[in-house]
Amino acid sequence: MKKKNLAALLMAGTMCFSLLAGCSNSGGQTSNPPASDPGTQDSQPAVTDGPNGGTAGGTFKLGGIGPLTTDTAIYGKAAMNGAQIAVDEINALGGPIQFQLQPEDDQADPELGVNAYHKLLDDGAQIIVGSVTSGSGIAVSAETFADRVFTVTPSGSSVDVISGRDNTFQVCFTDPNQGTGSADYIAENLPGAKVAVIYRNDDAYSQGIRDTFVAEAQAKGIEIVDEGTFTKDTQTDFSVQLTSAQNKGADVLFLPIYYQPASVILAQAKQMNFAPTFFGVDGMDGILTVEGFDTSLAEGVMLLTPFSADAEDERTQSFVKKYNELHGETPNQFAADGYDAVYVIYEAIQAAGCTSDMSTADLCEALVKVMPTISVDGLTGQGMTWSATGEVSKAPMAVVIRDGVYVTP
Amino acid sequence: MKKLIGRIKGLKKTTKVDFATYLGVILAFVLFTVLRDRGLLNRSITGMLVPICAYIVMAVSLNLTVGILGELSLGHAGFMSVGAFSGVIAAQSLQAAVPSAPVRLAIAILVGALFAAVAGTIVGVPVLRLQGDYLAIVTLAFGEIIKELINCLLVGCDSRGLHIAFNITGNLTINDIGMEPGGMAIIKGAQGATGTTTIASFTAGFILIMLTLVIVLNLVRSRAGRAIMALRDNRIAAESVGINITKYKLMAFITSAALAGGAGALYGLNYSNLSASKFSFDTSILVLVYVVLGGLGRMWGSIIAAAVLYILPEALREFADYRMLVYAIVLILVMLATNNDQLKALAGRIIPKRKGVSSNG
Repeated sequence: MKKKNLAALLMAGTMCFSLLAGCSNSGGQTSNPPASDPGTQDSQPAVTDGPNGGTAGGTFKLGGIGPLTTDTAIYGKAAMNGAQIAVDEINALGGPIQFQLQPEDDQADPELGVNAYHKLLDDGAQIIVGSVTSGSGIAVSAETFADRVFTVTPSGSSVDVISGRDNTFQVCFTDPNQGTGSADYIAENLPGAKVAVIYRNDDAYSQGIRDTFVAEAQAKGIEIVDEGTFTKDTQTDFSVQLTSAQNKGADVLFLPIYYQPASVILAQAKQMNFAPTFFGVDGMDGILTVEGFDTSLAEGVMLLTPFSADAEDERTQSFVKKYNELHGETPNQFAADGYDAVYVIYEAIQAAGCTSDMSTADLCEALVKVMPTISVDGLTGQGMTWSATGEVSKAPMAVVIRDGVYVTP
Repeated sequence: MKKLIGRIKGLKKTTKVDFATYLGVILAFVLFTVLRDRGLLNRSITGMLVPICAYIVMAVSLNLTVGILGELSLGHAGFMSVGAFSGVIAAQSLQAAVPSAPVRLAIAILVGALFAAVAGTIVGVPVLRLQGDYLAIVTLAFGEIIKELINCLLVGCDSRGLHIAFNITGNLTINDIGMEPGGMAIIKGAQGATGTTTIASFTAGFILIMLTLVIVLNLVRSRAGRAIMALRDNRIAAESVGINITKYKLMAFITSAALAGGAGALYGLNYSNLSASKFSFDTSILVLVYVVLGGLGRMWGSIIAAAVLYILPEALREFADYRMLVYAIVLILVMLATNNDQLKALAGRIIPKRKGVSSNG
């Protein structure tokens, strides 16, 4: 008779025990970060705002949040790998500022993103690099705002990630910027174009860019002749949307989508002898690396992207080489965003003169103050600056694919 | 005192289990509240308390459909979704009218439960006339339909009230629903509900669990509950003694849906961002796993399974990329262990038996 009760108690007891074990386990790790390098402990009073105010130093613990598993893992892994390369470079300089990066998986899910964030703070993270995706980023930045933790998101491009949160800064363009940037570029360089848009209407990223693109296009007098939509489940066949665009005489096809569906669109358009100017945004980056994709199809595709792995400058070349050696593939823009995010934090810490023994909240206030004053040269843009709202300002770069490489038109 | 013990001993076995369940939940709540207020809980656990409460309510309510009613529902996350989004709309639009967060949360949970109950009725009336696998497939489809519908939903709020638009063609945006400047966007189609004020609390979660238990356990132990279990065990025999099959099936199904809606509202108000894709087939299956591992028809089993299995993947973060693999292996092992007759016999030997132990105990 009593067996069920006892079993229930036993189970409940086990549960409580496992919870408590979890507490004590990370309790040890929650303690303050190591007391930094000699000579930095007494520098705290010198910490002020303003460029190069004090002596910055110590080992800062960065917490990375991004999808490391499931179908969006390619983005999270790239961003975290890029960030790790930046961390290794900065540590190799041997300067007073050292970094330690702990990436945690959020499967691009807001719920798991918040869990990952709490776990990182338990483990002593002082600054958050993340989240890589917008959906999770919005939930995480709400938490970091409430807790006053300085946050730099490599690629959470939605406006909602930064809106109303003064301590979250973006490395990537916001979605509206990409839409407006594309419309401006088309208005300027392809005058009189008849534009058709194909976008994914169950995806925040794609829908967001389309909305601002259409608004700006109307303002600039660009004629939009057709709009086609698709969803996650229908991204294998675009013949209906393409036929409609062709019949309405479109000569520019704007594709604010990721590269996998774009590769299908390019192949199908070729079969239909429909050859408009294809125009993509940063999600198009990566199209040349799709397995089994005939890169000649992408000939003449234009895209706005902040990063090109074929860029000639020394820094990009060395980054691409390192990334290739470590991970056996060419880095995409997410890797570059992650890399830049760490350098942004590095520059901000130097400018604010922060030390790692400052409390997380003090660190946050000091860094928030200097962010609008600094300018960072990164892989995704020269002279990046930030507004106090967290939005980045850098020149969007339009490239054209010629002979399988990006060239500037 | 002796008299009390005597009275407890005199209770029916099921009643004792029910009281032990209530007591266990209350003790766990008191324990965690005290630990949290004294700063002894780490942030990970503190942050997980509300979603755990939501998933416990989900598991207990699904257990009513799967364990007591005996119908396989694969769209439970759909009801959670209905509750979550209607709850978020209620809480966000009442911000000015109801300044007190706990009251707003209670209203949101009620609204969520109400809308989910309506959805449960719409799905249940035609579907519960079907049997077995058919119900599973239709509920699966229901979950997907809800996801698509919410992807089309645009909701905003300004001084004139709620503005709702249904974006079938995909060409509308949140700016097209005729809000005054300065109006607040609540649901932005595919982007979901963003910028939600997070007002969910552990206390509210605890109260919701207790309410759920009171409703479900009383329903199960009542005359209606016995009728539901009778038609689960033998439909023809139940019909032959005059039990109204559709009525009792609907009763269980709608109760289950309403409770899932309440859980959804609690969950939705715990995150500042919520998109419809969260409530996919995967989430339905996840809750079903809690129910099956906890034991069909055993409410305390669902509670423990939901709590442990929610924490497990988080506790396995040390394994980095392999954690979901480890999680799956642990699930298989637990399944094997709980179904192993030898282990059960061993447990039976360790726990002292008293006379007349029934074989199904």
